[in-house]
Amino acid sequence: MTATQIIQLYVFILAGFVGFLVITKVPPLLHTPLMAATNAISGISLVGSIVLAGGQYGQVATILGFIAVVCAMTNVVGGFIITDRMLGMFKRAETKSGPTDTTGAGGAK
Amino acid sequence: MSFLLLIAGLPTAAAAAYLLATSPTGASLDAIGGRELVVQLTYLASSVLFILGLRSLTKPDEARRGMQLAALGMVFAIVGTLLNSEILTYSWIVGGLVLGTVLGYPLGKFVPMTAMPQRIAFSHMFGALAATLVGVGEYYHGIQVPEATGIERFKMAAIGFEVLFGALTVTGSFMAFGKLQEFITGKPITYPGQNIFNLSLFAAAFGCFVWLIFNPENTAVFYAMLAIGFAIGILMVMPIGGADMPVVVSLLNSYAGLAASATGFAINNDVLIIAGALDGASGFILSIIMSKAMNRSFGNVIFGAFGSATTASGKTSEGLVAKSISAEDAAVQLAYAGRVVFVPGYGMAVAQAQHQVRELAELIEKNGGEVKYAIHPVAGRMPGHMNVLLAEANVPYDKMYDMEEINDQFAETDVAVVIGANDVVNPAAKNDESSPIYGMPILNVYEARSIIVLKRGMNPGFAGIENELFFDEKTNMLFGDAKSSLTKLVSEVKTL
Repeated sequence: MTATQIIQLYVFILAGFVGFLVITKVPPLLHTPLMAATNAISGISLVGSIVLAGGQYGQVATILGFIAVVCAMTNVVGGFIITDRMLGMFKRAETKSGPTDTTGAGGAK
Repeated sequence: MSFLLLIAGLPTAAAAAYLLATSPTGASLDAIGGRELVVQLTYLASSVLFILGLRSLTKPDEARRGMQLAALGMVFAIVGTLLNSEILTYSWIVGGLVLGTVLGYPLGKFVPMTAMPQRIAFSHMFGALAATLVGVGEYYHGIQVPEATGIERFKMAAIGFEVLFGALTVTGSFMAFGKLQEFITGKPITYPGQNIFNLSLFAAAFGCFVWLIFNPENTAVFYAMLAIGFAIGILMVMPIGGADMPVVVSLLNSYAGLAASATGFAINNDVLIIAGALDGASGFILSIIMSKAMNRSFGNVIFGAFGSATTASGKTSEGLVAKSISAEDAAVQLAYAGRVVFVPGYGMAVAQAQHQVRELAELIEKNGGEVKYAIHPVAGRMPGHMNVLLAEANVPYDKMYDMEEINDQFAETDVAVVIGANDVVNPAAKNDESSPIYGMPILNVYEARSIIVLKRGMNPGFAGIENELFFDEKTNMLFGDAKSSLTKLVSEVKTL
């Protein structure tokens, strides 16, 4: 293993740990948008796909890369749009100066 | 407080590690040149934006903006990659990006919220396919072209992992998609010796994986492993019932992330490693939460073939009579109630009755009552699905309560209205050790002062278990289709 590879393992472990800490704080309220969001973010495979499709690695690699770009880009575009669409639906109760609306926080924690 | 600091500190630590890791491939520590520096800085920016985006999901008010930042992060990553000096021709890339946009737009814009679980499963398939193809391409480039320079062990391990996990996620997600969309039977498909067969396939795949690390040039073994990966995905999901799909979809989410991470190791790209690790963690946590809420162990979901179980033991309803109630009487009860909790189940979503529920809730509030929604983790077909369905019907999110938040409040609830939910409110989970759902966390609806259950008929729930809640003397059954019952309730309350 090279030094770079060791550092890559560090990056992986630390990022996984960050992910664990952040995700455990996401309330069940937003678990579906969370899945849609991670789905969109997994479109990051695009980065690898683009290099494969555009580098001169031969025709087979170009075709594989092209299909991969299409798949990953579909996830990116569709994933971020649908996450945004869902999150746009989550609204607080309108604070009409009603008599007994002190319920407040609730699922919003 | 220190915990908060820890959370703030970790991304910084990860970022620092990232900076260290951005030395050019080949582990030399020379300074990075201009273009490469720009590329790496865009990747750094997008990694940070992804983390901030996911973190924004902890606060519903900030979530939308945060995810827009994450989308910006993705734009950075794409732009950064396009600057990569290895890229010589752009025609295929641009074609792919355009086609992907054309396909992705309708998948984001027009898919109904009820179809969200299959939509997510479907796109896991796409994500995993991209990772798999990149892996195959890397392998092909490293081994099979005439000028190939071979692949060293660490990289081969990364590619092997990527291709194996990618392949089984592709077909597994397709199966999950099929079961949720119901063009593949939702019933578990089982045959004798299934688990042993599946496990030996796993063993074979693992064998290929190890073999390849030491003999990367053995192309037959590589493609055999790819094929086995595809087969495992199909065979693994086949025996899992439709109702268990939330766990499967979450787990595949995790696998898709891990495959992306492995891609990052294979092509020396840190933003892939980071984003993949985030996704992997997310899917893993969600699948654990879901299996807990279903009272199942992880292993039991994967190897158990639950839905086929004919263990409808537990108490029977013989000699018990459920009281039924008319819509008029139920309306009176609701109209003058002080505290009302709605308990929606998947039946409500199937009947598309969310809007009627919200309308009824607004009427009760107008009369001075207080309305809350109690949401069990498995109320929908995927984690958090019910919340989205209610939000779509304009139910404010601060009135939706998780199981833990609301369970203590049922005792002070005047009327609990159960709509199309069954097993998640079955007290047998608490007090009947012989029941198959014993130990499953439930909503404590039975503690409410009175209960109205909207139900089509007296059929037992999905797990095939009688629900003694329906025979409780505090319970009144309002029979009929959820949507028309609710419509009737709304018009009755209006006339009061």
